[in-house]
Amino acid sequence: MRSRDSVPAANMAAEELPSDFDIVILGTGLAESVVAAACSRVGQRVLHLDRRSHYAANWASFTFNGLLTWIEEQKEESKPEKIEDWSSLVEEGEELIHLSNSDPASITNLQVFSYTSEEEEADEPNTIEEEKAAGEDAVKESSETESAGSKEEEDAGPAEEEEPAETEEEEPEADQPPTSPPSNQSEPVRKKISHAQLVKEGRRFNIDLVSKLLFSRGSLVDLLIKSNVSRYAEFKNVTRILTYRHGNIEQVPCSRADVFASRQLSVVEKRKLMRFLTSCMEETEEQTAYSGRPYSEFLRDQQLGESLQHFLLHSIAMVTEDTPTEEGLASTRHFLRCLGRYGNTPFLFPVYGLGEIPQCFCRMSAVFGGIYCLRHSVHCLIVDKDTNRCKAVIDSRGQRISCSHVVLEDSYLDADRKRTATPPRYLSRAVLITDASVLPSDPDQQISMVTVPPTTTGGPSVKMVELSSSTMTCIPGTYLVHLTCQSVGSAHEDLLPVVTRIFRTTEPQEEDRRPSVLWCLYFNMADGSALEVEGHRVPSNVYVCSGPDGALGHEHTIRQAESIFQKILPEEEFCPPAPNPEDIIYDGDNASPGEDRAAVENGGNQEENQEKEGNQEENQEKEGNQEENQEENQEKEGNQENQEKKGDQEENGVNQEPEE
Amino acid sequence: KEREKKLQIYVAARDACFTKRKDGVFDDEALQLTQQLLSSNPDFATLWNYRREILLHLETVRNQDEVQKIYEAELSFLESCLKVNPKSYGSWHHRGWVSARLPRPDWARELSLCDRCLSLDDRNFHCWDYRRMVVKMSGVPVKQELDFTDRLIGSNFSNYSSWHYRSTLLPLLHPQAPDTPSQCGNPPPSASPQTHFHRVCEEQLLKEYELVQNAFFTDPNDQSAWFYYRWLLGRAERDEMISCVYVSREEERVAVAFSRPVNAQSVGVEWQSVHPHFKNSPVWICSLPPGTISDVANEHNLTVHWTEKHSHRDCALYTGRSESWCRDTATDLELFRSELSVEKTSVLQSELQSVRQLQELEPLNKWCLLTIILLMRALDPLGYEKETLAHFQTLKDVDSMRSAYYSDLCSKFMIENTILKMEYAEVRVFSISDRKLTTLCHLDQLLLVTHINLSSNQLQQLPPQFAMLQCLEVRIGTLFFLLFFINLNSEISTLADLQPLASCPKLKRLDLRGNPITQTTNAEAELAGLLPSVTDLLL
Repeated sequence: MRSRDSVPAANMAAEELPSDFDIVILGTGLAESVVAAACSRVGQRVLHLDRRSHYAANWASFTFNGLLTWIEEQKEESKPEKIEDWSSLVEEGEELIHLSNSDPASITNLQVFSYTSEEEEADEPNTIEEEKAAGEDAVKESSETESAGSKEEEDAGPAEEEEPAETEEEEPEADQPPTSPPSNQSEPVRKKISHAQLVKEGRRFNIDLVSKLLFSRGSLVDLLIKSNVSRYAEFKNVTRILTYRHGNIEQVPCSRADVFASRQLSVVEKRKLMRFLTSCMEETEEQTAYSGRPYSEFLRDQQLGESLQHFLLHSIAMVTEDTPTEEGLASTRHFLRCLGRYGNTPFLFPVYGLGEIPQCFCRMSAVFGGIYCLRHSVHCLIVDKDTNRCKAVIDSRGQRISCSHVVLEDSYLDADRKRTATPPRYLSRAVLITDASVLPSDPDQQISMVTVPPTTTGGPSVKMVELSSSTMTCIPGTYLVHLTCQSVGSAHEDLLPVVTRIFRTTEPQEEDRRPSVLWCLYFNMADGSALEVEGHRVPSNVYVCSGPDGALGHEHTIRQAESIFQKILPEEEFCPPAPNPEDIIYDGDNASPGEDRAAVENGGNQEENQEKEGNQEENQEKEGNQEENQEENQEKEGNQENQEKKGDQEENGVNQEPEE
Repeated sequence: KEREKKLQIYVAARDACFTKRKDGVFDDEALQLTQQLLSSNPDFATLWNYRREILLHLETVRNQDEVQKIYEAELSFLESCLKVNPKSYGSWHHRGWVSARLPRPDWARELSLCDRCLSLDDRNFHCWDYRRMVVKMSGVPVKQELDFTDRLIGSNFSNYSSWHYRSTLLPLLHPQAPDTPSQCGNPPPSASPQTHFHRVCEEQLLKEYELVQNAFFTDPNDQSAWFYYRWLLGRAERDEMISCVYVSREEERVAVAFSRPVNAQSVGVEWQSVHPHFKNSPVWICSLPPGTISDVANEHNLTVHWTEKHSHRDCALYTGRSESWCRDTATDLELFRSELSVEKTSVLQSELQSVRQLQELEPLNKWCLLTIILLMRALDPLGYEKETLAHFQTLKDVDSMRSAYYSDLCSKFMIENTILKMEYAEVRVFSISDRKLTTLCHLDQLLLVTHINLSSNQLQQLPPQFAMLQCLEVRIGTLFFLLFFINLNSEISTLADLQPLASCPKLKRLDLRGNPITQTTNAEAELAGLLPSVTDLLL
């Protein structure tokens, strides 16, 4: 984690936590963090813990080195939990629910491949045959480690079959002190980036475990704006929508400007596309007539031509061949509504990666008094037998902390207490570091959303996001590519066909202009949407949050967080706007926006870190604000403001003043 | 309360400024004060003026480096003002003024400021103005500016400013070669009515057609692209020239028609506009001194010199003839194609085809219909007459708010067609009845017409330009009369409406049957008074 962003976690190695909270939240994933922010904001005392050493759980972003460490951790066998006896802390009429202390199931089938020049020049032009044997070994090794780690992995199919035809190595061993010699620029044509370089500049990577985008009119963007959490982050527009079609990467014209500029569409196609996009915003009888029938059929009958149908189905609606018309239209409309709010595509991406988002909410929670501890967990819930409510928790230091509500990430619950879809669903993920864009252009700092339709009928359609270094997620000269699809087999099985088609994993040949993969990682992640909303075997005041789901947007998670919040605090508003630090006036006699001030004082009251016994609210406030001011004002807020103003401008037709 | 306090401070500062100005104080404090006021209200023109006075004063007392510094500070202050109001006249004007006075101007910085402002609001015309000034002062290459418009149009083509800027840049960058006449097989270049200065070479023109077609196919309801398209299709203003000289022996008059309205200055002889109201008129009349050309047995050669344009036109009045003329016909000049340029017909034809293609997709788009009409007229006004009329009908239906405009435009085209037909038939009879005309135009082209029939139209009034018809009054010994029908429901209702006819002194016969004026009591007597030359009046 980048230190500049870490939430002010109470650092109290020896000190005890307060023993009474309103809400204890376990896990710092997006849903949990949103709940934490929402609860703190309205004055609840929140204790937010994560047993991991990093924020954002499976939503996290890692530096390159951090990711290597994480990979190692995933491969480690989880230590058998020793059941301690907490009976001394349990009172009469209470029983314990033990929580799981590791998360063996959510990440599986981890495989790493490196194609960078590790050794001397002579080694570089490896023939495929040579490598194959070595590769197989390595794969075997890695998957064995995994199987040991998790039993559930079986359903995803063992990975040790035969696929890897590429060079492969086990990265982690070569971890921190780079064993390889410094970069050798063997190719004068294309500048090669060595593994050592990746490690050396690893801090400049922010590699997300999940790959999502923010729909500019999606619920997450709305929430960020409404709650003012947006001031903690900076966003960039996804600059283009691409699709894989007939063996080529093509740009999908979706906005008016795109359609105008498109070179591949004839003017008649342009007209037809624009007309379709305009007309589908309204419901027509013609559309209703197709309800229940596939969207692809509806599109076919619109006389749009083959390429427009492809664009509309796969890239704009982002649905499959047999999605019903009404659903296809709904997602087309959502896409169009998001278009043009911030730019020429409907999507935003947070600078420094998606892992920023949960942290932003944690920060908001901390500003309003939430207390944060990492590497800190809860062993058991203490449940009142009569009411079936959780009265308190016992934390990993054996302290009993009473609380009125518990929110937890689903991996804290033993499998038999959860209700999930059967068979369990997984996402297949691949993370690639490449040396060029899939569609080079000028300027080259593009952020691209690429849709890859199913290669075989019924196969998964792959969503690919290519990030340039402008997103601060990778170093200049490289691109970070995220591939995601619903799992059919293992991540490697699902995604390798796409990777080999679009990217080059062997030595460059003449005429081959595909980008080279420098390094890649495959893994499967449990699909958060597989977790049922209701029906878990937990006390009535314990709420379960799921991990990331496979959808491109964040609607599922935000909906989940909001509904949990409403169950806990049915009377309260969900994430009301936080006062702007500039609006707060410290000395009392000035006329100040009264409401905001009250709100802050309220927040300040909660902000009782145990180090600071004194209730100097103003100090507290100031601290919070200064911190914001210092860190965000210069670097972030300015940009974010622009970003938002831009939105306003487009919405209201007002002009924006020039920036300094 | 807070606001009141602010207001008090503001008012106090303002008054302080005014006092200082009155006292002629041009010090740093005044600069400070005005800065404070202007940063909260950048539209305070008086303060900007005061500021300029101060700056001018400081210029005289400080050395150049200091002045440079002061003006640089001024520029950054202006940037903050522009943030308050990016469309402030005062701020932009002041910026222009400062930039022009800056000892060592940094034009690159100004240009990038414009870039930034326009990327935030690509329709800020203040900034466009300023940009043009910066470009002019710093000599930014035309190509670079053209690329800039490319970029802005690419991000949002609904932008008049960018298109317009293009239309000024293209002729500079890709001028039409002057020696390739755009019309083939027509009058020799000297007689060509076209100037080539504002035209764009054909190769570039084709690229522009493609660009703008992408725009209007993408969004046919966006006007800016259509307007640019019309500019592309249009041709430069016609040269001023003498298009017709007419001599009448009996009247001892010369009438001259110009291609455009001019303000004739008499040299030697007295020239008169056809109508006292017209200072500028395409038709001018000169009464020759009595007896100059009255002898039928003589042959006269007249030359009209137009000194201003160094052009002249001859006209010979032969023995025994009572009148003579010399002219370029509308057909020769392709006058009525002048709405659109005379590109190679094939290019226009393919343009028509693609716009028709769009019309198939968007049958009710008014811009599309209108452009089709214009293209058809450019190609073959008579051949497409029927289709044109049908499109006009659709236009009036889909855009009923502008139906009167379309009626007028349609009238104009009908009159043009009738003139073409008349010229083709080589007659001097202009007959256009029952065509739902709502307006009369091109009357200067009817200089030679002897008979006019306007019955059964929807004319509201006779325009004063009707006086141009007077020049044709000619006695060819035998019976001559101007047959004049105006026939419509309730339109010609008062005598005043007939006033323009008074300028046609040779009007002999007037048929007003069906007009409400005939209902007026003693209409006949009054008409006789108004139009003494009319001998044959049908009521």
